[in-house]
Amino acid sequence: MAKVPVQFRLNGSDRAAFADPADNLLTVLRRGLNDFGPKYGCGQGTCGTCSVLVDGELRLACLTLAASCEGASIETVSGMADGPNLHPLQQAFMEHFAAQCGFCTPGMLTAAKALLARNPNPSRDEIIDGIAGNICRCTGYEPIIAAIESVARGAAAGQRR
Amino acid sequence: MPLALRVAQSLSEAAGILAADSRTTLLSGGTLVMRDVNEGRLIEGTLLRVTDPAWRQIQVSGTRIELGAGATMAAILAHRELAFLHPAARAVGGPAIRNMATIGGNLFAETPYGDFAVALLALDAQVMVLAGYGSPRAVPIEEFLAGRARGEARLVASVQFNRPVAPGDFRFLKVSRVKPKGLSVLTIATHLPGSTSRIGQARVAYGAMAPLPVRARGVERALEGKALDAGGIAAARAAALEGTQPATDAIASDWYRREVLPVHLGRLLAGQS
Repeated sequence: MAKVPVQFRLNGSDRAAFADPADNLLTVLRRGLNDFGPKYGCGQGTCGTCSVLVDGELRLACLTLAASCEGASIETVSGMADGPNLHPLQQAFMEHFAAQCGFCTPGMLTAAKALLARNPNPSRDEIIDGIAGNICRCTGYEPIIAAIESVARGAAAGQRR
Repeated sequence: MPLALRVAQSLSEAAGILAADSRTTLLSGGTLVMRDVNEGRLIEGTLLRVTDPAWRQIQVSGTRIELGAGATMAAILAHRELAFLHPAARAVGGPAIRNMATIGGNLFAETPYGDFAVALLALDAQVMVLAGYGSPRAVPIEEFLAGRARGEARLVASVQFNRPVAPGDFRFLKVSRVKPKGLSVLTIATHLPGSTSRIGQARVAYGAMAPLPVRARGVERALEGKALDAGGIAAARAAALEGTQPATDAIASDWYRREVLPVHLGRLLAGQS
């Protein structure tokens, strides 16, 4: 089966790759474009560690057909930091010890970014719902929730960088 | 030969492709089909994408509601006029899944998935199906689900149903062990016209209590003409298990599902859920 070309913007840069027609977006990101930020966890939509933003919308890269992303804007955890400057969410995850083994972290950060983009001042329950599709087996979730809360409250107080 | 990919610009084109080739699989939100691809259950044939914007449209006109089969759970949640359906849409996965999972796809989700289909069953929805070229044909959702169980493959264009007259006439409950997102121990949807006085044409549907979403006909009979008071709720609870055939799976045993169903039904009817 012939490969198909897929072109999209990845973290602000135009990128292109050849993919099998049924390849998922995660395969193209990791194997085709060497973006190893999003992880392959369950492959069935349960764990959320492959979470990415497609045109600003939170999606699971493992369940997204790569060919359907033609012309889209893809954001992954790899594009969150601004050079040496961490994104406020990344900084907060460090400060609150919200990453232990780190496997869920790319998806957690991306889900949190999507949440704060549509709801800059979420309640605790809204934060819990915002990361409900992301499984963490280390932290017990509390440090992650606290990290997201701290960024939201900081932004509300005008401290977001 | 690995999977191929085709793109249909219109629903009728998609229906024609599906009718002509039984090895073509319609790809909607991807949450079911791409999982099958990832896990090696779907390795041959053709994936079919539909880009027709009409497939994703939501139309609310007066009492009639039409949801395009390609509309997502997130689109339902973004629609203020569909607030009565928000609990059912919110029951499907986390935020990423809700941005992807579609109304049409949910009709094909195996138990214990398919929570939104339970809501549609309680609403007596008509499933608009396309089989080959031509106009969509209305199929009652119960008949559609029975056809799905027989392996009938048809393109779903949309689902249609009437809006409940009073917001409280429609209720939805998903019971899961993991909050806020988890697989269904059981799901209950009720549409009880006249729930503030005498109930007429009650519709009650269960998910995860049988191989397919099922109507709780015993409960419907028990509630007919009754008020939603202690007596009516007790009669409904007594009839709760009629027609159920739950499975034992990783989420719950069939025994547990039978034990807790009347409790949760009673709470839902009493407005305590």
